[in-house]
Amino acid sequence: MSDKLLSLDKLSIGCVAPPGGSVANKTGAWRSMRPVYKHENCIGCRACELVCPEGCVFGNAKEKHFDFDPDYCKGCGMCAAECPVDDIEMVMEEK
Amino acid sequence: MAEKQEILEGAMAVAHAVARCRPEVIAAYPITPQTHISEELSQIVADGELDAEFVKVESEFGAASVILGASATGVRTYTATSSQGLLLMSEVLWNIAGMRLPVVLACANRSISAPLSIWCDHQDAEAIRDCGIIQFYAEDNQEACDQHLIAYKVAEDRRVLLPVMVNLDGFLLTHVFEPTILPDQQLADRYLPPYEAVLKLDPANPATFGAFTEPDKCMEGRWMVHDACMRSLPVIEEASAEFEKVFGRPSGGLLEEYKSRDAETILIAKGSLCGTIKDVVDEMREEGTKVGLLRIKTYRPWPTEAVLKAVSGAKQIAVIERGASFGAGGVMTPEVKETLYDAGMQTPVSGFCVQLGGREVPPDGIREIVDRVASGEKQTAYEYFRLKTEILPELVPGA
Repeated sequence: MSDKLLSLDKLSIGCVAPPGGSVANKTGAWRSMRPVYKHENCIGCRACELVCPEGCVFGNAKEKHFDFDPDYCKGCGMCAAECPVDDIEMVMEEK
Repeated sequence: MAEKQEILEGAMAVAHAVARCRPEVIAAYPITPQTHISEELSQIVADGELDAEFVKVESEFGAASVILGASATGVRTYTATSSQGLLLMSEVLWNIAGMRLPVVLACANRSISAPLSIWCDHQDAEAIRDCGIIQFYAEDNQEACDQHLIAYKVAEDRRVLLPVMVNLDGFLLTHVFEPTILPDQQLADRYLPPYEAVLKLDPANPATFGAFTEPDKCMEGRWMVHDACMRSLPVIEEASAEFEKVFGRPSGGLLEEYKSRDAETILIAKGSLCGTIKDVVDEMREEGTKVGLLRIKTYRPWPTEAVLKAVSGAKQIAVIERGASFGAGGVMTPEVKETLYDAGMQTPVSGFCVQLGGREVPPDGIREIVDRVASGEKQTAYEYFRLKTEILPELVPGA
């Protein structure tokens, strides 16, 4: 496939996109609720990281420290719902 | 001519015409009255007469999805369906059009439930009217076969790259035996060289088809489907002209003008009903009534200019439909009115739903419509022609 036919800036026939589109499209702006990682009771179970449907929770189990990437988090709240020690709180996204 | 006429069932003839287009992947799920097309293609593949992958799927949703994926890898594909099957495919069909995949499919037109009916009308195809699939309508089995070759030619043209659906009336064509010329394989190969995709799925060179777009790009992505539809109008005419050159018989095209050039009353219709209408036109012409038929062969894209040119001399127009838009009026009738209105014309247009669910309209019904509109009768609303009010229920209690 010719690279000239595809770019992330312009449309192609059939809206065919080259790799990297999911990184270029920052979907965090869709969020109405935002998780707050409190870093108080974390036991390093990785539940937040594993259930995130966007794959945008990152951290270190040994250090018991996780956080989310605001560029891609859509605010679904699954991490907060699954956290066994209530260390994640969903708050209204306000600016 | 190397080609000879054979007496064939419509669905069988279509299957053999499709095989000569050499599709490489076929996926279909049985549904009346389409079943004979996919059944025969399955046999052709099993007999080794066509080198294709025939994928047995669990539903029409699966059939359309397999065809979508296969077409995206850059091979020629085919499926056929009817009625509920087309509706089950519909989500995928919008994707196929949006991804600009030159899939060809047949719809053996059949009524949609409820009430349950297996017989012909055009509501199935008209339900997906707006998705960006080019729609051809056949009057007879020969045309249904020929339109498949033209369909691939148009679909794969790089100015178009859109799916094309060939509509043939369920039972009235699919199950009727007619003398039909199957395309000679060598001529078919000359007319349809192997398909070469511009963009295709390839693990060595990954890409996403039908990718996500933000609001800043989505409208342009959808507009490109419309634009490609409009660009297909001259391509359909070219492909039809080339068909005549290669096969030695005219076929395809946007529309047929039957004794309509000097007609005061023009009837507009599509599909096999036009055979009956032509007989009535012939009879009434002999009696001195200036009536003619405009047969729509390409319904999407709507051939605005060609329609306008064909009806510009008419004093009155009757659109005879096998469809309806419940809660509004006709389906093709408003399109004819829009075509005239945009050209500043005030020709009276009457719309008649003559058949839903396979009821036949006899020649005297067509004659009645011609007499009524020719007498200057003004229609106030789309008419369900010869509706049997005597079998309608009383209002339910509490209504």
